[in-house]
Amino acid sequence: MFKQLTIDGLWKNNPALVQLLGLCPLLAVTSSVINGLGLGLATALVLIGSNATVSIIRHWVTPAIRIPVFVMIIAAFVTIVQLLMNAFTYELYLALGIFIPLIVTNCAIIGRAEAFASKNPLPVSAFDGLMMGLGFTFILVVLGGLRELLGNGTLLNGAERLFGAGAESWKVTVFTTEHPFLLAILPPGAFLGMGLLIAVKNVIDKKMAEKAAASEIKTVVRARVTAES
Amino acid sequence: MPLNSITKNGLILTGFALVTTGLIAITFDGTKQRIDEQRAKKKLATLNEVIPPALYDNQLYLDCITIDASALGDEPKSIYRARQNGNDAALAVEFTAPDGYSGDIDLIAGVAVNGEVLGVRVLSHQETPGLGDKIEMSVSDWMLSFNGKSYDEDQAKRWQVKKDGGQFDQFTGATITPRAVVGSVARTLAYVEANQHQLFNTPSNCRAAAPTGGQH
Repeated sequence: MFKQLTIDGLWKNNPALVQLLGLCPLLAVTSSVINGLGLGLATALVLIGSNATVSIIRHWVTPAIRIPVFVMIIAAFVTIVQLLMNAFTYELYLALGIFIPLIVTNCAIIGRAEAFASKNPLPVSAFDGLMMGLGFTFILVVLGGLRELLGNGTLLNGAERLFGAGAESWKVTVFTTEHPFLLAILPPGAFLGMGLLIAVKNVIDKKMAEKAAASEIKTVVRARVTAES
Repeated sequence: MPLNSITKNGLILTGFALVTTGLIAITFDGTKQRIDEQRAKKKLATLNEVIPPALYDNQLYLDCITIDASALGDEPKSIYRARQNGNDAALAVEFTAPDGYSGDIDLIAGVAVNGEVLGVRVLSHQETPGLGDKIEMSVSDWMLSFNGKSYDEDQAKRWQVKKDGGQFDQFTGATITPRAVVGSVARTLAYVEANQHQLFNTPSNCRAAAPTGGQH
């Protein structure tokens, strides 16, 4: 069960690559690795919290009012995360700006609450939240890295905003340029990068399916046919 | 009976509303002080960039006025007064360049009593990354080119980018952004010069640690 959830969250049913949920913050903030990581972790925290809470209360809430209740829970968690980020990672809070409250509108969160957490016990639901959150974070980081590298030639620029003053030296400069590759940094770069990532995932899936199919044919050939007459 | 289920649902909803609001209230209360500190710290750090701390000894971010002047921008702006031993030392003036490439550029400038610029910094902007964002100190030190300059009406045309015959560099591929910044700094300096006495002597009237520009 847990293994299945891990595979689903990180790959097979990845909220960003397969379900295509929460694209608005995904495309908007992924101009750098750190911005992507920050928003991804915030989203993951909200997902774990909301999934766990929804799972705990699933027997008390009647179907008629479940959606408003879910919305209240999610909104509460987002507000709490926002306040905590405002207090403890102020610089990152300023950089992510409007996109923290917008986690509320990330359909991945209410989608998991409705489709999974409201039908499953607490440990599995919390784990599903964690894996879906990590899957989302993973895509944000990869896309952020792709755009930061192509656009500015750096990686992990601004790490101190998330990890504190000591992290300034984490910045990796791959190349320096006078004229950054604007397309990668501006919003169109996010769409192109996202499309590229989905394409790569589809190619890998197809390769794997072909492999699986090939080994299946072998077994079919070997399968014994029982004569009935 | 339907009424019963409506009552029950209503009660459950009320319960959740109370609990979630309660949790938010507790978190808000627990983080409030730290958030205020962070804001004040950030504000003070910005103020210290435009007015060197050695030039004043008062509580700079508490000694401020809010003023509505068209030279500074459409919205009311904060002005902080730096004083040394009770004497007027410098002003930190917030202002807006309304004609940036992508909308408003919010800035702050430190101006000494003799009209000399102590420093100019960007507070917020939406200029194109890689082109117009050279007005950020983390990208380029272009902003330092204002330091030590003062505005003189006879020399007004010096307060332009080089392309227009002035003394300030434009950026490769981006002239609109520096042009907007230079123009707004010049307007601000002219305004400060004309109203200096009044700006220093109006009683402090802005709320302490007011989050100016914090919430958009």
